[in-house]
Amino acid sequence: MVEIRWHSRAGQGAVTGAKGLGTVVAATGKEVQAYALYGSAKRGAAMNAYNRIDDKPIINHATKMNPDYVLVIDPGLAYTDDITKNDKPATQYIITTHLPKEKLIARIPALQDKTDRVHVLDAIAISKETIGRSMPNTPMLGALMKISGMFPLDAFLESMKKVLAKFPQKIIDANMEAITRAYNEVK
Amino acid sequence: MAKKFEINEIEVWDGNYAASQALRQAQVDVVAAYPITPSTPIVEGYGSYVANGYVDGEFVMVESEHAAMSACVGAAAAGGRVATATSSQGFALMAEVLYQASGMRQPIVLTVVNRALASPLNVRGDHSDMYMGRDAGWINLDAFNAQEAYDLTLCAFRIGEHLDVRLPVMVHQDGFTTSHKAQKVNPLQDEAAYKFVGDYVPVDEMLDFTRAVTHGAQTEEDWHFEHKAKQHKALMDSRTVIEEIFADFKALTGREYKRVETYLLDDAEVAIVALGSSVETARLAAEELRKDEGIKAGVIAPRVFRPFPFDLIRDVIDGSPLKAIAAMDKSAPGGAMGALFNEISAAAYTTQNRPLITNFIYGLGGRDFSVEEAKRILKEQKAHADAGHITTPIQQFSGLRGPKLGFFETKRS
Repeated sequence: MVEIRWHSRAGQGAVTGAKGLGTVVAATGKEVQAYALYGSAKRGAAMNAYNRIDDKPIINHATKMNPDYVLVIDPGLAYTDDITKNDKPATQYIITTHLPKEKLIARIPALQDKTDRVHVLDAIAISKETIGRSMPNTPMLGALMKISGMFPLDAFLESMKKVLAKFPQKIIDANMEAITRAYNEVK
Repeated sequence: MAKKFEINEIEVWDGNYAASQALRQAQVDVVAAYPITPSTPIVEGYGSYVANGYVDGEFVMVESEHAAMSACVGAAAAGGRVATATSSQGFALMAEVLYQASGMRQPIVLTVVNRALASPLNVRGDHSDMYMGRDAGWINLDAFNAQEAYDLTLCAFRIGEHLDVRLPVMVHQDGFTTSHKAQKVNPLQDEAAYKFVGDYVPVDEMLDFTRAVTHGAQTEEDWHFEHKAKQHKALMDSRTVIEEIFADFKALTGREYKRVETYLLDDAEVAIVALGSSVETARLAAEELRKDEGIKAGVIAPRVFRPFPFDLIRDVIDGSPLKAIAAMDKSAPGGAMGALFNEISAAAYTTQNRPLITNFIYGLGGRDFSVEEAKRILKEQKAHADAGHITTPIQQFSGLRGPKLGFFETKRS
């Protein structure tokens, strides 16, 4: 079982990202869950989305998880959310920030004994430069592919094209570029 | 003629989307709705299928849930296949008309995305709305995940519209936990789904102008009782029809449903009885307890909450090695024992094997129910079984913060 927790603001696409990842993974025959807690949350409110991935049907419906990956797609939430909550000794963190990794870690005490498990990228800047607006969800997926090795980049891009098929070609292309850049730029 | 919807063999759908697709595939004629969280996407989905030509039907916008169910009753009496969705406060506002629908024997399908009732206001999942409607004379089916929400919604049309039944049917799923959780779903293609549901057969439809009929007449002490008794008998007799339709569904899809689902129960000494998504979480707890601690744990889950499977619960308990059962109620019982506790206890009381039964109130307002907590509860049942009597208060609260709350001590030794 692989468990992933997204830290996001409502409107940044964490739910879409989690569902997109779920669709890609399900196509390989694995079982998935993609869920989120929102409802009363307004655009901009802090929220969590979640993924579970396993080889056998997933029947655990508890919201709480011990994440293998924590994906922070809003830079501010790295400071204000409890991003290390219920983590494990091997939990990997991927955080969007404009800061170099060392500077970010210096400002977040909870990460200071986890330096080798913290990875950073500027998913906000990447999405602005490729998609044309702040939409850090797809770049985060590119970074996750690099850090987790879940799928090779080419295979993941092909799968994501199908997930995004309802969008105009221009938007699909921009997302492919965002994913590729994030894959290459995450440190 | 409705357009065919492109559907893959494997989809990643949440419970809401799964239910909306089932409404579309059944080619529901009328959906009258007043959307409410967390069931909004079901009727939103149907509305978009109508607008885009994927269903040949009418979406009726109304001013309240009371009006929504009233319009559903009217459309059903006129002779259409009718469905809607609601949750929580919306369900509460529908309550009066729920009794009208069942008394008038209109086979409306209501997809209920279970949510807590105010006050305090809360949008998360619990079973307050399900419990509120349990005596409304509807058949109540309960889905534990998105696949089941899809499957049971298709079955609901067949069951309710069956000429020996002619009763409205609710299909429950847990707010957020099921409604907003995308999982792998194997849907049927449109033709296969519609073929399973079948053409709607109207009964005494008001749009048949050659034969005038009255719906919703008044009866006082002379006939009211006979009507209500017939309605109750129809609910009780629907048990065999439900089983037949579940068997047909299994033949078509390979997916098997029973009026009571049991997991790991054959040799179980202790068990959890629950409804909704918690059933699956409890299954995982039972599996882990068996593997890691050698505790013979199982799970019992009423798939059909109404008509209550009194018969099958007895069959499950009678002659079984069950010694202690935890009945889990996800609704505030308002000064009583939980409803599931009462109904399970009543069924168990009429068997030779009367296991120790305790009651847990849990999950109110969406409070998380973990595998660890399910294991703790099962282990507590094991302690009762080993002691030969209930070692805790009979009613307890699971997942509650603050001082431990419990009521009533056992008088059995």
